[in-house]
Amino acid sequence: MAIFLESLFNGLSIGAVLLIAALGLAIVFGLMGVINLAHGELIMLGAYATFVTQNLFKGFGEPWFDFYIIVALPVAFVVSGLTGLILEKGVIRYLYGRPLETLLATWGVSLILRQLVRSVNWVLMIAIGIFSLLFFGGMFLLKGRYPEKISNLITGTILTLSIALAAITGYFLQQNSPKRMTELWFGTRNVDVTAPAWLRGGIPIGGFQVPIARVFIIILTIVCILAIYWFLNKSSWGLRIRAVTQNRTMSACLGIPTEKVDALTFSIGSGLAGIAGCGISLLGSVGPNTGQNYIIDTFMVVVVGGVGNLLGTIIAALGIGILNYLIGSGILVIFLIDIAFLKPLVDILMFFASTSMAKVLVFALIIIFLQIKPAGIFPPKGRNAQL
Amino acid sequence: MARLGRRKFLTYTSAALGSSIVLKAYAKSPAQATAQQIAQASGDKIKVGILHSLSGTMAISETTVVDAEKLAIKEINADGGVLGKQIEAIVEDGASDWPTFAEKAAKLIEQDQVVTVFGCWTSASRQAVLPVFESKNHMLWYPIQYEGQECSRNIFYTGATPNQQIEPAVDWLLANKGTKFFLVGSDYVFPRTANTIIKEQLAVKGGEIVGEDYLPLGNTEVTPIITKIRVALPNGGIIFNSLNGDSNVAFFKQMQGAGLTPEQYPVMSVSIAEEEVRQIGKEYLRGHYAAWNYFQTVDTPANQKFVEAFRAEYGQDRVTNDPMEAAYIMVYLWKQAVEKAGTTELEAVRAAAIGQSMDAPEGFVEMKPSHHISKTVRIGQIRDDGLFEIVWSTDGPIDPLPWNQFVPETKGYGCDWSDPNKGGRYQM
Repeated sequence: MAIFLESLFNGLSIGAVLLIAALGLAIVFGLMGVINLAHGELIMLGAYATFVTQNLFKGFGEPWFDFYIIVALPVAFVVSGLTGLILEKGVIRYLYGRPLETLLATWGVSLILRQLVRSVNWVLMIAIGIFSLLFFGGMFLLKGRYPEKISNLITGTILTLSIALAAITGYFLQQNSPKRMTELWFGTRNVDVTAPAWLRGGIPIGGFQVPIARVFIIILTIVCILAIYWFLNKSSWGLRIRAVTQNRTMSACLGIPTEKVDALTFSIGSGLAGIAGCGISLLGSVGPNTGQNYIIDTFMVVVVGGVGNLLGTIIAALGIGILNYLIGSGILVIFLIDIAFLKPLVDILMFFASTSMAKVLVFALIIIFLQIKPAGIFPPKGRNAQL
Repeated sequence: MARLGRRKFLTYTSAALGSSIVLKAYAKSPAQATAQQIAQASGDKIKVGILHSLSGTMAISETTVVDAEKLAIKEINADGGVLGKQIEAIVEDGASDWPTFAEKAAKLIEQDQVVTVFGCWTSASRQAVLPVFESKNHMLWYPIQYEGQECSRNIFYTGATPNQQIEPAVDWLLANKGTKFFLVGSDYVFPRTANTIIKEQLAVKGGEIVGEDYLPLGNTEVTPIITKIRVALPNGGIIFNSLNGDSNVAFFKQMQGAGLTPEQYPVMSVSIAEEEVRQIGKEYLRGHYAAWNYFQTVDTPANQKFVEAFRAEYGQDRVTNDPMEAAYIMVYLWKQAVEKAGTTELEAVRAAAIGQSMDAPEGFVEMKPSHHISKTVRIGQIRDDGLFEIVWSTDGPIDPLPWNQFVPETKGYGCDWSDPNKGGRYQM
């Protein structure tokens, strides 16, 4: 019994990590149909936001430091959410309904974001600021004043000029400013996020210890799911989001500002990725490549769960988590070893009872599952189904 | 839904291209600046290649080694250079991609005409460039502890072979911490080979392997492994860890959460040095062990000088570690070999390199005929400040054994490049 409970908890806790990482994607990919390969990088930004908050709180001393994680959650949400907003406004809204282009563009964005955290320093930020001010300021001032042919020419000129100016300023600052300005904020190395003391230990129950960080993530996941459920089903913006998801043209006709709804949906999805980043920084590493560790798993969860269905995502994440744990840890072998007629099965499971091989088996099972149910656990029904 | 016109598309792609170029420029500028400064120092130069990953997964580790190599070159240049000439370092980025390593190695040799190359970290990258160096009969200096089972005429290895790191660590654990071992590693060539060696060694010396598991590189979900450890070692035991990179962070964070303490479950790591401790967080590592040839806390005059010089160059908050030290001394060993040969001609330097010795930060080292160096072995325990308390060390340097003596296929084989009848693999 004890081992059963322990397995259930460990499986759930792996599932919770998958789920919290996939929640944002369930909204962005599930509801909006955007294949966002930069989702992992939004998680990574959330983790870096946690790192920055932690360092700020180190200055406040001991009693306050213990609670930095509480502050880091909203900070991570806002940082990733704002990045998502810029991403939607700058790239994705031009690409709705064109999955291949979206895929390539968001992959490019993910590369840019990864390189950004490696090379960001004050000089680079100033250069980006100058560029944004010149380019977007110029575009704003000149918008709609000229016919299309000239306006394209002007856009090109402003773009070239602002890039050149930003680059020149940046170059001179890089050469001539004090070390504090040119010092990299994070660099290429991983950074350490240390959980506050109360999150580091565990609660002993019977023979094993329940890690508090895991419990924290499970609670965080539940809170996030409840909040999303409430938002989508009870708030007026949630109603609009659901309306746009179901029938964009009709919603627009009825006066729903679809562009605003798109931006909002995408930002919330991105913000959730930020919260996920904050959560997983308690368990894993924080570095430029952090997002890459999660991106495949998150897509897997959303696809298995059925696109556009929150409940499906939850079941898929927990299912994959528990399966991964039971096979990888060899617990399944211990359960089944006494049953004589299952001997061949036990032998097969023994072979797969390592972390690498468990992944292989779970992937294979997922492929088989998707052959039987290509649209996931809960396929979209009726007119929305695009099969 | 706005359609994207051709012109707009051009505008935005050029913007994306422009910003990526700007980003790249910032990323690269420090490296290039130093290389240029070195180049400007003198008109009469000796060109050497530095080939490491400056981008990609391995950049985290390899950039620190580049720092150490550049420091050594800078010091040698300030001291008058080699044969009266300044050294010019040409830095190439292997980009954590093994075919790129081979391509850049060929470029350094053919296009830049370097006289030697310092480089590589992973065994995979070394094995990728090996055919290039062998076909052009050129010279590579390699600074990382590795799994052994290789002995090339064209490579000088200044990192530890298994008998200079892993085997003494296992012996020490058997003597001090018990006989039950659980092996954890990343799923690639080094941990697999290392664990094969440990298994053979424990079979001979009377230890017991109660389980082993491998994580794919980059995997951060270690709960199944922790369960396995608890099932296999209910009353505590030794965990031998050859995980690499991100998985280490997850492993130690989640070990602590699951209540596996260093007192009950001491972890001996062979890929965690000062730099990694900083990135994982010392709160999670306190009390665990690592086996290396060099720690920043080694008490030798050469080490004090090295640490001071490194901090003066790169900042007071930086730490030095084993691969950096090995990279630093290999540049000096090459310089001594060139000076003894009196030329940079490859055959002469290769012959002169054997027998070169120095008082390195880790202690006395000597280049052996097997193209590997003798090294002192140390075991350190992680302190509150994130550095290592040295709890054990060998009395003097241990000779390298590139062919492992516990593995049946290579038992009894040796390597001697000073004798034309022996070569890379001969029966001892």
